[in-house]
Amino acid sequence: MAETVQFDLVSPERLLASVEAREVLIPGAEGDMTALPDHAPLITTLRPGIIRVSGVDGDKEYVVTGGFAEINGQSISVLAERALPRADVTKEDFQAMVDEATERLNRVKEQNADEHGLIDDATKLLHDMVAVGDHIGMSPN
Amino acid sequence: MPNLKDLKNRIASVKSTRKITKAMQMVAAAKLRRAQEAAEMSRPYTERFNAVMAKLAASVGDAENAPPLLRGTGDDKVHLLVVMTAERGLCGGFNANIAKLAKADAADLLAQGKTVKIITVGKKGRDAMKRDYGQYFVDHVDMTEVKRVGYADAQTVAANVLNRFDAGEFDVAKIFYSQFQNVVTQIPTKQQIVPVDTGDAEDVDTGTFYDFEPDENAILTELLPRAVATQIFSALLENGASEQGARMSAMDNATRNAGEMIDKLTIEYNRSRQAVITNELIEIISGAEAL
Repeated sequence: MAETVQFDLVSPERLLASVEAREVLIPGAEGDMTALPDHAPLITTLRPGIIRVSGVDGDKEYVVTGGFAEINGQSISVLAERALPRADVTKEDFQAMVDEATERLNRVKEQNADEHGLIDDATKLLHDMVAVGDHIGMSPN
Repeated sequence: MPNLKDLKNRIASVKSTRKITKAMQMVAAAKLRRAQEAAEMSRPYTERFNAVMAKLAASVGDAENAPPLLRGTGDDKVHLLVVMTAERGLCGGFNANIAKLAKADAADLLAQGKTVKIITVGKKGRDAMKRDYGQYFVDHVDMTEVKRVGYADAQTVAANVLNRFDAGEFDVAKIFYSQFQNVVTQIPTKQQIVPVDTGDAEDVDTGTFYDFEPDENAILTELLPRAVATQIFSALLENGASEQGARMSAMDNATRNAGEMIDKLTIEYNRSRQAVITNELIEIISGAEAL
């Protein structure tokens, strides 16, 4: 079994990481999961959360706001909507993300009063976002 | 023959024009580098995204229950043209070429009896299309305030397009932009964005069977709007690089022309100055001879 797997984290604006990883923790839409080398091929969407990469040269954490991941035996690619190294996330950044999620919830509430699925999604997104904040020690105002 | 003073003024004004065009060329060169970097940075995302989309699309196929964004509305009557140009001029044929391509396409569609709707992104394209196709305009996205194109800007445009699609306002959407080849060549391009074009299914390695979490359709529903945004984003970036490239070469030409003009004017100036001197000498000599 291979020791490591190629891990790439890309956002539309840039390539954030491209390293050899031993394991990667991914906040999947249906729960967190850890992908090891030779994982079965899988495509999953992400919820807002933290990606933890245990690489050859140490652990790294990234905050993502959503997107999706493609996992196969040789590589793990995370295509995030927006991603930041955890150390670089400022209170303002995080507040902006939460505000965006809140606004989205409000907008959905206005538009689709009867389609509950959408409201639930937006509510969940906001809660996930807030949970991320608790995790990294920043709570929204 | 223009008098000396006029010529001198003319030379001075062409010189200051040359300074301006030279400065604009250098600014464009600096911006071009940034725009190219931005375009390159976005490439890994776009490539991977397209690869995943192709896999997904291949696994869902043309199934009946595929989301309409992938399958299309089953109709081909109303076409939405998203014409993306620059906010500023002075960049050679850049804006005009995109507008020309869009106009040709619009004319073609109208001739086939289809309905055309136009969204313009960037002021210059709007101005260029207004006279002939002004009545088809449905919206305009203003990018004047945008200094550096971000993914959020692309999402705004995409949301605009997608809302219209959800409201059933059109069947097919296309974007018009300029692909950056190099500083002297930018290729006006049209690209279909709705229904989402997943590329050639043959390139896809169907040997691997992917698990999907949640199921294919749920992922597709989430991914397709993003595919539209991603395509618009890369078009905006290409456009940004093309605009600066076009401006750079246009300003380079202008600077060179101004230089040539200065040379010509200087020769003319010297010649007239010499003529004046000769004239004065003749007058003096003939005056002395008359004595």
